[in-house]
Amino acid sequence: MEKVDVSGLSCPMPVIRTKKVMDQGAEEILVVGTSQVSKENVSKLAVSQGYQVEMTVDAKDNWEMKLSKK
Amino acid sequence: MNRSKWFILIAGLAIGAIAAILVKLGNPANMGFCIACFERDIAGALGLHRAGVVQYVRPEIIGLILGAMLTSMFAGEFKARGGSSTLVRFFMGVFMMIGALVFLGCPLRDVLRMAGGDYNAVVAFLGFIAGVASGVFFLRRGFNLGRAENSHSNVGGLLLPLFFAFLLFLLLKGTVFNPEAGGPLFFSKEGPGSMAAPIGISLAAGLLVGLLAQRTRLCLSGGIRDFILIRDNHLLLGFIGIFLGALILNLVFGFFKPGFAEQPIAHTMHIWNFLGLYLVGITATLLGGCPLRQLILSGEGDTDAAAVVVGMIVGAALCHNFLLAASGAGVPIYGQIACVVGIVVMLWIGWSYREA
Repeated sequence: MEKVDVSGLSCPMPVIRTKKVMDQGAEEILVVGTSQVSKENVSKLAVSQGYQVEMTVDAKDNWEMKLSKK
Repeated sequence: MNRSKWFILIAGLAIGAIAAILVKLGNPANMGFCIACFERDIAGALGLHRAGVVQYVRPEIIGLILGAMLTSMFAGEFKARGGSSTLVRFFMGVFMMIGALVFLGCPLRDVLRMAGGDYNAVVAFLGFIAGVASGVFFLRRGFNLGRAENSHSNVGGLLLPLFFAFLLFLLLKGTVFNPEAGGPLFFSKEGPGSMAAPIGISLAAGLLVGLLAQRTRLCLSGGIRDFILIRDNHLLLGFIGIFLGALILNLVFGFFKPGFAEQPIAHTMHIWNFLGLYLVGITATLLGGCPLRQLILSGEGDTDAAAVVVGMIVGAALCHNFLLAASGAGVPIYGQIACVVGIVVMLWIGWSYREA
């Protein structure tokens, strides 16, 4: 599984980094981050790119999500 | 369209309408909100510059930052964080203000000016799109100012909101330290700085828009950026909402006057309208948000965004003290030079901060 760490990155870098890995054809991606905004943006991107989103950690200051191609 | 898209569209409509109402109640024309102009007025009110016509502690700005702070606290999103090239961001804030004062408005006022029929704002809008596109060019090549870190104490995130709350206290109390020279606050007796809606209404408008902007993540540069980058129109809907909300009420109030000439607090030097917002567009995109968004992020505890806000206030003082700021008569030669220097500096930063 590919891992992307978007902790502390300002807009829109979390989305760019995740999309880069998606464009390389990754079927399963683990994304970790810190802000609620990046969580919303990355999961929105994932849905639009046909990935299933599973939140594995969903705390106020850090989150982790597993993206898998449907 | 899903729920969050409806929400940001409606929030935009409300913000545009509120802006038109603020003009009706006394704010300068096409300036219900202008983050750059209002921060410039605050710089003047603090005596950081001596342009007598643009000095006022704009309660809208105070409302925006406090509204965003309270909303983010309520949502559990308030968190002091920072450390992503803070000084670089400060100077980028300075240059973002220079670009805004060459055009005479931030991206938010650009939308409001377009909704008032000011065609110069359309020219500037094209410059803004070009600026955002230039920023996206660097983002795609791995531009990054570095990661911010969450702080173990939230005090840092409270400092700028508390400073603005202190300004509100001084404004309401009307303290005068020096009866002859004025101060601690200075107020315009004429010009745009003397035109203002009642304090309570301006403050309430700021608080409400701060709440809406915090919840919707509204960002004017972000709207165009996301559309270019990933064909996402979410933030763009907020942009369109503001335009329509302001346009409808401008038509109702009889404020809509289409044309290039004789527009309120505007000039017709097309190249500088274009380049002014070009500079704002590229800077905002590299910073991750427009002047409005920087203010909202400051309220959420982002100390890097707070450095941008302080940079913009200092930048406004420099603009007036160095004769860079435009007026209805046009852009002074030093302002033209500073705008070009700003663009060169942004290209330099954009290129230098790319990661492998």
